[in-house]
Amino acid sequence: MTLFSQPNPQCHDFLNGAHDALANDRLQKQLAKSLKDGFQKKRLKGMSRLPEYEQLRDRARDIKIHTLENLDLYLEQFETQVINAGGQVHWAKDDGEACQIILDICDGVKAKTVTKGKSMITEEIGLNAQLKAQGIVPIETDLGEYIIQLRDEPPSHIIAPAFHISKEQVADTFRQHHADQKRDRDLSEPTTLVHEARTELRAKFLSADVGITGANFLIAESGTGVIVTNEGNGDLTQSLPSVHIAVGSIEKIVPTLEDADTLLRLLARTATGQELSVYTTFFSGAKRTTDMDGPEQFHLVLLDNRRSDLLGGPLHDVLRCIRCGACINHCPIYGKVSGHAYGWVYPGPIGSILTPHFVGVDEAHLLPNACTMCGRCEEVCPVRIALPKLLRIWRGRAFEAGYPAGLQRLALKIWAALAKRAGLYRWMARLSVFGLRLLGPLRPYHLPKPQGGTFMDRYNGGEK
Amino acid sequence: MTLSRAYILAKIKTATQPSAHPRWSALIPKRGQADKAGRTDMFVQEAEYGLATIVRVPVFEKVPDAVANVLRECNILKIKAAPQTVLQNLNWSGVDITFGNATADDLAGLVVAKAGVAETGTLVLCSGARTPTALNFLPDVHIVVLREQDIQDNYETVWQALGSDTGMLPRTVNWITGPSRTADIEQTMLLGAHGPRKLVILLINEKPG
Repeated sequence: MTLFSQPNPQCHDFLNGAHDALANDRLQKQLAKSLKDGFQKKRLKGMSRLPEYEQLRDRARDIKIHTLENLDLYLEQFETQVINAGGQVHWAKDDGEACQIILDICDGVKAKTVTKGKSMITEEIGLNAQLKAQGIVPIETDLGEYIIQLRDEPPSHIIAPAFHISKEQVADTFRQHHADQKRDRDLSEPTTLVHEARTELRAKFLSADVGITGANFLIAESGTGVIVTNEGNGDLTQSLPSVHIAVGSIEKIVPTLEDADTLLRLLARTATGQELSVYTTFFSGAKRTTDMDGPEQFHLVLLDNRRSDLLGGPLHDVLRCIRCGACINHCPIYGKVSGHAYGWVYPGPIGSILTPHFVGVDEAHLLPNACTMCGRCEEVCPVRIALPKLLRIWRGRAFEAGYPAGLQRLALKIWAALAKRAGLYRWMARLSVFGLRLLGPLRPYHLPKPQGGTFMDRYNGGEK
Repeated sequence: MTLSRAYILAKIKTATQPSAHPRWSALIPKRGQADKAGRTDMFVQEAEYGLATIVRVPVFEKVPDAVANVLRECNILKIKAAPQTVLQNLNWSGVDITFGNATADDLAGLVVAKAGVAETGTLVLCSGARTPTALNFLPDVHIVVLREQDIQDNYETVWQALGSDTGMLPRTVNWITGPSRTADIEQTMLLGAHGPRKLVILLINEKPG
């Protein structure tokens, strides 16, 4: 029997989620502060410190293009090298198979607890629920992931999972879950919260039976996985337990160490404005016999989960994504509705391209439409993915599948018919301008009073 | 799972057109190509930008004094060190030092770095028979000895120094750029999330003998 494990999508409920987010003043303030004054400024600063940034983007794009063209060869090379380094490679065609592989490995060492480094791919395959169902306790160790795990919430951002939660909420959550501590302790300062989480998690790191991480890159020539973290949690996760399982999807492959260098010069800089994340860790296989520490067993789970369906098709380029989060940080829609409204694992522009593929267009047809086509996502993408173009493809597919229905569909059809007839369209535009002016103060409040004639009339009249 | 392997590879093969690796010439930023004189300055500038503390030590024999100073400043009484011969051979009288891997209660750790990277002020540490990985992450204060001649210009030259062309990489290669931090609570940057809250680099300026 095949396991179906990916989390239940709530994308059909996008409008309700968006309304809730818009009505939440605290969240709105936090979004404004964290995106515009946070991520966006930090990226600009990071870019300004590296004059070669644009050249590196071109190179990064070319590396990804080449790798995807030869993905099968690099995957095979990677597998051989992992085995040479004393590791095992497990190929998983979907979410259920990946979870089953991991459960079997855990079962093999009678694992009771598992520490986890931050990994979106284990969110994608719904791993924690499967571990729990088998009586294995998964412990998220990235501070943001730890907070949302205690609160039983999904992440709202791919690199800052607890992005939507205030420090007061974190304090409440810790008070509720850290039962051994004094109830009336002062938790008003974020430093105290970080220290408390550090202390709570220390013991768990040391006693875990298995450590599970994701992989930012998989390097074919040396059979090496790469993770980047700022906290050091991913490193304690992979160096203390006797078993390390890394889960990576097939498009994380890069051919050489030098290719990984190029991508690493961009990844943190684009995500958080850092030169590099604090800890960039390269792991190849299992502990060597003479090593003082490290995992006795190393398993690499290579996940497809229908990514290979995208290869060579119209959405092929989305496989270049290195999950830096920049498109999310610069999206005006994400900046208002936050991550949960998107209703599945990956939010923002990248999510609106990936999610319909994973959960189907019937469930996720609203997502590619939650976009103003402003193009900022494409502007900031370090591997130059034309995200708006890919979103438009999904809009077309959604329309073919019958979305939107009813009046909205009729209106779109009428507009399309007019748009194909330039003369008629211009006359209708003039009529609309006239009509709006005629309505005077009766105009719906959000429509401004027309200033002069239509664009085309004014353009042809010499205004430029 | 072998079925899945064949299935995935077959799907990829039908969807792609193979091409040779273009063997791009490395695209190394200018600041990763400092001359010999500028290399150390670049390393120091970038390491400090990453919030590491740099302490210049004139000769290797003075490492115990420098370590004692750091411990005093941090109000820590003892230190765990990687059992590297160069460290074991030093005169540690007056410092409470033990050699081995870190345990949960170690507050300070000491290791000699394999290399440094000038480009981003990054330390390169490798797992091995005398260099445990956990020692880089468990203690509160991480003291790393770096010899000036081990500073490489960029990541590409580090891989060469690690022998990537000829042999297998160590199980774990850690690039460390500053002390542990998190911004997961309201995007406020705080030090010491799970790893060391303080990273001290003892930079040995002596010329190779």
